[in-house]
Amino acid sequence: MTILLDVKGLKAGYGPVEVVHGLDFTVEDGGVTALLGANGAGKTTILRALCGMIRREGSLLFEGRDLCPMTTEEIVRRGIAHVPDGRGTFTGLTVSENLTLGAYVRRDKAAIADDLAEIFALFPRLKERLFQQAGTLSGGEQQMLAIARALMLRPRLLLLDEPSFGLAPLVVKDIFATLREINAKRKVSLLIVEQNARAALDLADHAVLIETGTVALAGPASLVSADDAVRRAYLGY
Amino acid sequence: MTAFLNQCFSGLAMGGIFAILALSLVMIFQATALLNFAQGEMAMASTYLAWQLIQHGVPYWLAFVLTVILSFAAGVLIERLIIRRFASAPVLTVVIVFIALVFIIDSMVGWIFGYQLQEFPSPFPEHNWFNNPLVSSHQSGILLVTLVVMSVVWAFFRFTTLGLAMRAAAQNPASSRLVGIKVGWMLALGWGLAAAIGAIAGMMAAPIVYLDPSMMSSLLLYGFAGAVLGGINNPWGAVLGGLLVGVSVNLVGAYLVGTQLQLAVALTMIIGILLVRPSGLFGHTIVTRV
Ligand SMILES: Nc1ncnc2c1ncn2[C@@H]1O[C@H](COP(=O)(O)OP(=O)(O)O)[C@@H](O)[C@H]1O
Ligand SMILES: [Mg+2]
Repeated sequence: MTILLDVKGLKAGYGPVEVVHGLDFTVEDGGVTALLGANGAGKTTILRALCGMIRREGSLLFEGRDLCPMTTEEIVRRGIAHVPDGRGTFTGLTVSENLTLGAYVRRDKAAIADDLAEIFALFPRLKERLFQQAGTLSGGEQQMLAIARALMLRPRLLLLDEPSFGLAPLVVKDIFATLREINAKRKVSLLIVEQNARAALDLADHAVLIETGTVALAGPASLVSADDAVRRAYLGY
Repeated sequence: MTAFLNQCFSGLAMGGIFAILALSLVMIFQATALLNFAQGEMAMASTYLAWQLIQHGVPYWLAFVLTVILSFAAGVLIERLIIRRFASAPVLTVVIVFIALVFIIDSMVGWIFGYQLQEFPSPFPEHNWFNNPLVSSHQSGILLVTLVVMSVVWAFFRFTTLGLAMRAAAQNPASSRLVGIKVGWMLALGWGLAAAIGAIAGMMAAPIVYLDPSMMSSLLLYGFAGAVLGGINNPWGAVLGGLLVGVSVNLVGAYLVGTQLQLAVALTMIIGILLVRPSGLFGHTIVTRV
């Protein structure tokens, strides 16, 4: 397997406060890496740092190119889509407008139309609500819209920040099934941050356990989920 | 009756100017939640530019188009060179920058062109269209221009991806960056559009109020009243508000309090609306489910 994203010595924070203290991890091409950890460990901060939304340093090689000197807009153009903490939907715009914005940097009109059709197949509910204001959707629908919007970029790598947050268990199951399909069929690599460790470890091939901004444990998902400490703290058995 | 209708139409025509000004105010307010107090002076400077071009023998409509384009560029430059540097400054600081801009533009124009009143031509014929007794051709021309400006702006925001990106950047800058929108440029574009729209208001107003460096100061207040009345976060509300302010101020001035109190009427309207319905007549609050 080739490595798509190779992070080495990532440091990031807010203002003078450093929150992430030199992390190493990778996402394989076509793979799924899960970032696990308690509330406040720094998972969201890591995703923000990757996208250039906050101050960061280190080596962030994506397809061999360093993301560190790039702005968020440039990173997006390299094919990294981010479903942020809180979903980042444009609540005042319609579902259709949200999807159009997802493809904002693309110029391949025909392929965009194909992708839209595929996305409606993945999320039929969105098609029904196309001209509804996004803010009026249910939580689950908004999460679907956030993922759909990100897919409209036709990304190489999809970053997901707690896609299960605030959703009913059945909806979470649905969304994770869709993520699996996106990864398998559309060949989109995933870097997923989750509190719901069980769902994430189920989906992931690699897992990284973050504790106070450092890597506490990393390896194949099966090994990480077998770890006693992880089981007790995050899987609850 | 004819006199009453006359008053209505001349109010509507002035209202068209207020509406265009209100639209230019909303353009920047939507993106930054700031009222650009210098909008009127920028429009005034644009009008002087048009006047200068026309003095040099440039045909009216060519001068009009050139002025709109150059004003757009000037608006973009003002945002990129000055306003952007205060992007993270407290609101009060930005307000002071706006007020400084008012006086800088005012005195620069005065220094270049002097403070005496100048005549400014109307592109519309002298005699009333179809010999109607009610409304001069400049007045109907203003309404026509208002309609065109509105439609163009509406179509731009509704049907173009760039317009959509500008709306997105105004609503949610962080998410906009995540889809690749260059938010800073969207702000600059908003300033450019506001300046271009304001220039049109200035060129429509100048044949009525004459050209001088202070020509826009009270007009801007009426435009502000229109924007507040209609809803400062709603461009169409602002346009309707501008027209309403034009008609009501004119009628109240003609029949109730006299023209000297017109501005006071507009300001009273602002205060009244802010007290009773702060979001304006057509201002909306977005429903959100979590
Ligand atoms: N915008 C912010 N400004 C300052 N500190 C922040 C900000 N966001 C998060 N932090 C701090 O960074 C640390 C890590 O937060 P975060 O990355 O959100 O953790 P997680 O996503 O793992 O729950 C926390 O201590 C939090 O208080
Ligand atoms: Mg988080």
